[in-house]
Amino acid sequence: MENLLNIFVKSIFIDNMIFAYFLGMCSYLAVSKKYKTAAGLGAAVIFVLAITVPLNWLAYNYLLKEGALTWISADFAGIDLEVLKFIVFIAIVAAFVQLIEMVIEKFSPSLYNALGIFLPLIAVNCSILGAALFLPTREYNLAEATTFGIGSGVGWFLAVVSLAAIREKMAYSDVPKPLRGLGITFIIVGLMAFGFMSFAGFKLPF
Amino acid sequence: MSTEVIEKVEVKKDNEALFSKKRKSLVSNPMDSDNPITIQVLGICSALAVTIALEGTLIMAFAVMFVIVMANVVISTLRNTIPNRIRIIVQLVVVATLVATVDQVLRAVAYEQSKALSVFVGLIITNCIVMGRLEAFALGNKPWDSMLDGFGNAIGYGWIIIAIAFVRELFGAGKLLGFQVLSKDWYVANGFFATPAAACIILGLIIWVLRARSGYVED
Repeated sequence: MENLLNIFVKSIFIDNMIFAYFLGMCSYLAVSKKYKTAAGLGAAVIFVLAITVPLNWLAYNYLLKEGALTWISADFAGIDLEVLKFIVFIAIVAAFVQLIEMVIEKFSPSLYNALGIFLPLIAVNCSILGAALFLPTREYNLAEATTFGIGSGVGWFLAVVSLAAIREKMAYSDVPKPLRGLGITFIIVGLMAFGFMSFAGFKLPF
Repeated sequence: MSTEVIEKVEVKKDNEALFSKKRKSLVSNPMDSDNPITIQVLGICSALAVTIALEGTLIMAFAVMFVIVMANVVISTLRNTIPNRIRIIVQLVVVATLVATVDQVLRAVAYEQSKALSVFVGLIITNCIVMGRLEAFALGNKPWDSMLDGFGNAIGYGWIIIAIAFVRELFGAGKLLGFQVLSKDWYVANGFFATPAAACIILGLIIWVLRARSGYVED
């Protein structure tokens, strides 16, 4: 339990998807103009990460890893399908996003109105595929992987919402013309990343 | 901000010269006035994450070039047979296959560098430049034009990340391509440039300079 809490906090603050790895930057910059859309996409990212990371964990550990197929037959112990991990991960993410979209549209129109337009964007959001690609390098079990997924999503949400809040305020400031829009946003993100670096030495007491 | 900026360039004439003016602009525009990173804001993730040293960045630039050009050609060749509804999946599969190839080659040829680039080679799949060019150009144009367009965008992307990596490695470690350029006797490596935050700020400044030159203003 303590271990899970540690992974959770770590993936939000220290290994923040945006500020430590710059994953999902394209949609991060595109939706952070307005607070409301930012919160919508952020929520969708948490949702999709919380489900696709465990799914990809299962795919990796029971299908792709060397010797992962032994649960079918002991003869398969020597098979290593890791080459296929990119295709399998992205197929799972894309298919799953499509599936969620249809399910939400059917059962909860209000949630669909809030998240619906963002879901197709998410299939190509690097943070989703990135989280899946981190799995082979970190030896998590299923519970830890799920926690890592949710934590990364919350970290992304936090980053996008705070940038959107800053950018809304920025509308009133006098920025040099060529720097307006993208340029100043990058500089703000850089400064925010600096702030988040101060969490690097931070460790939970257990 | 991303896809609506890209304009569809239509090349219709069949008997056009192999390197007509229009076709040259397919290559030259993305380097400057229509740059994928600074104007279209695509493919930022890897631009920031891999640029800590020049060598890895060069490898990344070539990997991305290979993937964009090949994917553009493949999708453009298949453009009349791909059903519109499932085109995203088809594109992802083509790109993922190419990326898996690049990844395997890198592991075989340059194992250390492929380890240093870690997940970012895999993330070429979701690099928005690749998907953006497939959606906006390759689906509506002939293979040769798509190939030129792929080259142009890959070079536009490449020169920006190489510029960032140049600054970061030079000041962050006093080295270029691993060789000590600024002597350790009088230059103390500035750790700030090695941090991810510096990549953001340098890119912000590059965008400032480029847009001040071109006069492009975002509302």
